[in-house]
Amino acid sequence: MAVGAYGAYNFFARIPDMPLIPAMVLGGLCATLFGILFGLPSLRVRGLYLAVATLAAQFFADWMFLRIKWFTLDTPSGSVSVSNLQVFGLPIDSDVSKYLFCLTLLCIVALLAKNLVRGAIGREWMAIRDMDVAAAVIGIRPMYAKLSAFAVSSFIIGMAGALWAFIYLGAWEPSAFSVDQSFRLLFMVIIGGMGSIVGGFLGAAFIIVLPIFLNQFLPLLTGLLGMAMSTTMVSHAELMIFGSLIVWFLIVEPHGLAKLWSIGKQKLRVWPFPY
Amino acid sequence: MCGLFLIELVLVDCISLKETKMKKPVLLLSALLASLALSGANAVWAQAKEQFVPVLSYRTGPYAPNGAPWANGFVDYLKWVNSKGGINNVKIAYEECETGYDTARSVECYERLKSKNPSFVQTLSTGATFAITEKAPGDKIPVVTIGYGRSESADGAVFKWNFPIAGTYWVAADTIMQAIAKKEGGWDKLKGKKVGLVYHDSPFGKEPIPLLQERARNHGFELQLLPVTPPGVEQKATWLQVRQSKPDYVVLWGWGVMNSTAIKEAQATGYPREKMYGVWWAGAEQDVKDVVDGAKGYNAVTIQHGAEPNADIVKTLLTQIHDKGLGTGPKEEVGQVLYLRGVMSAMIGIEGIRAAQERFGKGKVMSGEQVRWGLENLNLTQAKLDALGFKGVMRPISTSCTDHMGAAWTRIHTWNGKAWEFTSDWMQADEQILKPLVKATADKYAAEKKLTRRTGQDCQS
Repeated sequence: MAVGAYGAYNFFARIPDMPLIPAMVLGGLCATLFGILFGLPSLRVRGLYLAVATLAAQFFADWMFLRIKWFTLDTPSGSVSVSNLQVFGLPIDSDVSKYLFCLTLLCIVALLAKNLVRGAIGREWMAIRDMDVAAAVIGIRPMYAKLSAFAVSSFIIGMAGALWAFIYLGAWEPSAFSVDQSFRLLFMVIIGGMGSIVGGFLGAAFIIVLPIFLNQFLPLLTGLLGMAMSTTMVSHAELMIFGSLIVWFLIVEPHGLAKLWSIGKQKLRVWPFPY
Repeated sequence: MCGLFLIELVLVDCISLKETKMKKPVLLLSALLASLALSGANAVWAQAKEQFVPVLSYRTGPYAPNGAPWANGFVDYLKWVNSKGGINNVKIAYEECETGYDTARSVECYERLKSKNPSFVQTLSTGATFAITEKAPGDKIPVVTIGYGRSESADGAVFKWNFPIAGTYWVAADTIMQAIAKKEGGWDKLKGKKVGLVYHDSPFGKEPIPLLQERARNHGFELQLLPVTPPGVEQKATWLQVRQSKPDYVVLWGWGVMNSTAIKEAQATGYPREKMYGVWWAGAEQDVKDVVDGAKGYNAVTIQHGAEPNADIVKTLLTQIHDKGLGTGPKEEVGQVLYLRGVMSAMIGIEGIRAAQERFGKGKVMSGEQVRWGLENLNLTQAKLDALGFKGVMRPISTSCTDHMGAAWTRIHTWNGKAWEFTSDWMQADEQILKPLVKATADKYAAEKKLTRRTGQDCQS
């Protein structure tokens, strides 16, 4: 994410009159290169070890954008900002335009991803994921499959980082992409359900919307009971409820929300006469 | 998004109930919808009657011990204004939003509260100031940063919506250097000396660097930059560097738990606390109370006020708010540095609204644009400040179209083991240094954003 954001920022700020979308795509490509580089260990290590190895990328990116002044155009505070964004002459400043812009990009990327997963390359990735030795035996090149998976996912997350920084934050510093943010992304994937695209949506909704919802809903709830709840109490309660919900979900449905979604769909399909 | 979430919730419930009872989730859903509708209605009510002030605060997370007193002071002052009948009979409505000193959360709070037609927003974090600076002009909401924020935004001709009233980090850094020079016996004595800047590695901590570099160039001292990774509980490596390079002075640009850790580390390293100067965020009771005697002799700059337990406003708040059981926080903190900073921040915002009312109609609810005018034409004379109970606490502040800062008064206070004590006279940041730096940096920003400086005509509006 950080690489995508800073990559896009550098293209956007350094090249005069750079349009927004190409800057974001280029930012995504920067993230792709970075992803491939840090995907190299995947050729040797697997599973949890790989996850830990890729964490190194996090700390490297943190250090890079904090210390190498070139990336932040030598701004004294280390914080960079963008403004006056527009696409095809349409300004992106209101909430609605921001939403529509993000939605459009999301739809395009999600459709591409869905098609990739359905196609030959997606099947190769699944084979590698399930058992890489067997996949190699049936003629899938592990190096190509693994690195292409890293490249594609890095590209998408790079675009996401650019969108988050450009559209949502507007101005940001490296701590916006702290390890906390990485963990939140990881939780989105785990809670949503690994290996499914709809799971990504559900997981993101869970991680992002639920705290906001709790934050709004708890004072109302206690208000109905006739008690005022302080802001501190709300945010503590929010964290506790959120945490316990995560644990509860993982126990009840280890395959994530995507699995719940498909079970629900299946049940509704045969409702009201289940067999 | 919300709808999706509700469906999800209901689905989950369906499955956990194994479809035995289908009625329960439906009930739950309708209850949720009803509560959502209620919350919407509340918001509309507040908007129609009152002047809305958002309070972005952090009462959780690593900076909570420092963020909470600020928020308590801010809210107590608003309560007091309301108990007096508001501003010309316009009551203040406020809503707190927890940010946890996180930029993304702050932006979320801002986006959430901006629909309520806020008078101004006080960001309370440099990172959030940067982010909201980009958004505020579009939303027409003034960004008020009392004593913090981005230093170059003092230039009102470029930063139309930013108000770093009463001083910026550059003012703080400059007056710290003045105090050090005075201690040494003149600027020329600083030649060849070494000053270490131990700073919070964030936009907040990096803010003073350009000014200190400028001073270092002018007076020939060496500036050593010693970053500390936030939140700053681990500083062994930094203080090892201090021990090795033995700077003559250490300027501490810390926040939250970083400050007390730094003082402890200084004690452990044997670095004299008398030679340490903190920014005002590093000069509160919370920063020294864990080390008490170890912090003896430690200095910090204050922008305008320090700890003022005997000030009139403090007594007023104690008798009229706390004694009536309306106090937001513990009673002990009333009059402490950060509490008072919250009070002062609220006061300046309120006076901005009052100034706007004087021009656009007394007793009316002011829009963000009108409050902006009020903040830009703020004239807090000593008489006005005294009447508000800030006698001896603050010096006059008067802002203008080009100068959004209004004053650059600071003092140094020193921890004597029991309390903060003023050890210097009022000082003022050197305009010769500050002005060109502010102008150059603001111009750079304007060029980057393709803004033009405001003309005299725009100033009238």
